[in-house]
Amino acid sequence: MSGVHIAPPELQPASFEFTSENMALAKKHIAKYPEGRQQSAVMPLLDIAQRQHNNWVPQAAIRYIADLLGMPAIRVLEVASFYTMYNLAPVGTHFVQVCTTTPCWLRGSDKVLSACKKHLGVGPGETTPDGKFTVIEVECLGACVNAPMLQLGDDFYEDLDEESTGKILEALKRGETPKPGPQNGRLSSEPQGGATTLTTFNPAASAGGNDD
Amino acid sequence: MLQDKDRIFTNLYGQQSWRLESARKRGDWDNTKAIIEKGQDWIIEEMKKSGLRGRGGAGFPTGLKWSFMPKQSDGRPSYLVVNADEGEPGTCKDRDMMRHDPHKLVEGCLIAGFAMRAKAAYIYIRGEFYREAENLQGAIDEAYAAGLIGKNACGTGFDFDVFVHRGAGAYICGEETALIESLEGKKGQPRLKPPFPANMGVWGCPTTVNNVESIAVVPTILRRGGEWFAGIGRPNNTGTKVFCISGHVNKPCNVEEEMGIPLKELIEKHAGGVRGGWDNLLAVIPGGSSVPLLPKAICDDVLMDFDSLRAQRSGLGTAAVIVMDKSTDIVRAIARLSKFYKHESCGQCTPCREGTGWMWRVMERLVEGRAEKREIDMLLEVTTQVEGHTICALGDAAAWPIQGLIRHFRGEIERRIDAYHSGSPVLPAAAE
Repeated sequence: MSGVHIAPPELQPASFEFTSENMALAKKHIAKYPEGRQQSAVMPLLDIAQRQHNNWVPQAAIRYIADLLGMPAIRVLEVASFYTMYNLAPVGTHFVQVCTTTPCWLRGSDKVLSACKKHLGVGPGETTPDGKFTVIEVECLGACVNAPMLQLGDDFYEDLDEESTGKILEALKRGETPKPGPQNGRLSSEPQGGATTLTTFNPAASAGGNDD
Repeated sequence: MLQDKDRIFTNLYGQQSWRLESARKRGDWDNTKAIIEKGQDWIIEEMKKSGLRGRGGAGFPTGLKWSFMPKQSDGRPSYLVVNADEGEPGTCKDRDMMRHDPHKLVEGCLIAGFAMRAKAAYIYIRGEFYREAENLQGAIDEAYAAGLIGKNACGTGFDFDVFVHRGAGAYICGEETALIESLEGKKGQPRLKPPFPANMGVWGCPTTVNNVESIAVVPTILRRGGEWFAGIGRPNNTGTKVFCISGHVNKPCNVEEEMGIPLKELIEKHAGGVRGGWDNLLAVIPGGSSVPLLPKAICDDVLMDFDSLRAQRSGLGTAAVIVMDKSTDIVRAIARLSKFYKHESCGQCTPCREGTGWMWRVMERLVEGRAEKREIDMLLEVTTQVEGHTICALGDAAAWPIQGLIRHFRGEIERRIDAYHSGSPVLPAAAE
């Protein structure tokens, strides 16, 4: 269990409601679950709220979702504070999550963190004074054969070193969106320099490459 | 070595598109109706024949697990829940299956769901896998549009829905009852068993929770026959397996290989060997962070399967092979895992909530040698007080890596304590 940081009252908006598009999306999620089990949608609804509200969930959204799903607000807060992906206080525009669990650490995640410090001037748990970047250390993100890696928004940046981490951060500073995925030329999780398997069996070769 | 013709995940690396058209060319959704028409008993029998053991870590026989589901409904619907909350450090195989080969999983859901008379499948995917969830949802949408799932799925008369539920960052939700709690919209805290999910799972209904890989291999097994799968690997440890090789190897990678492949062959053939050569190997964690490490002497000839690794007091787990060469600060590597378990304990059971923090703090002191030698045995004793005394296996998982470290590297821990007390402590080493 980790400590939970909830934004102080002066940062909390008085009210919150979904935009009409997000309300439609929320209803779609609620419909996935059996009748009377709408509480199951609390996680997707918290996610929608966070995306709508600058990547953090205010207390007003907790109360709003509780009303929407017919559950006590404390049950929603319990969920929002249990799962690490819900931010209950403001974070930087660019939320840099660096994995430092053993498989990433073995491949040099310390250097990814030091590159963040060097290029952004902040360490784990800190936000740059201009509010543009928050850096945090996270536990295993599940891309261990592409270690070390970090997550930015919804994307993984993999096979990092000090230099490529710096390049990504500098690109973000310039307002660009660096290309996600492996930063060393690999396609995905195959051995670098060429796969040792799946070389003879290629029935869908005619379907072309990965279009997504 | 496994031949390409016997590989199931033919788009593991995303060399081709994940979409339905490409997936069909790879053989997915090929006359699924014929499989379903053979009936529930045939499917479960064939799965039992294949010898498939659950790929999420515990290795429970999949066909047997399905057979626990009620054959006659008492009015409650049954559900299949797919555990895609991949988060065991070292493990990243389900991710590749979902982003590059999602139709295998969707088709597997339909067939498995039919076999256990389920109404729907819920795929619980870890929240950080946002892009993977997009591809998976894309595949589900394609399957609905093509009439492969939904009403009268594949023209069989069987109605079956598949839904994606995204998690939000909690390792504990990989535990099946915590996952069920989370799916119900609660904190992911494991439930006491019994009742087992097959009697009382999600929303109080009969539920089977299976790993992504266990479900995604089902269509291929049934097309090629249980005997084909059982003919790969070794008795009681059959089939193919996707291994994740990370850490100090020249070419970290995921690869589908035969169960029971020697660890050394796996690393040398596919991962480009240990950095600096095999003799530069210090230790390997063979099955994800929860299993005890193995020193080089055992790695020299150990086979990668459930029974072989168990005989060495470790485990196959998720088949996530974390390689550490001689430059590794092995105590720090394990201490970092202790921090992971402290962070991920759900806080429900006292031995785990308090024990994981306590063990981590002692481990941090052992990294520096700032301890007394008697504390090594005290730490070992505490691991045995956590292990087996909690509702779920997270307590065990926190205990085992430390037990493995003490079993095989007690000398290294003692050396640090001696160095600390002699006034020249071991400096924490950065890793790369």
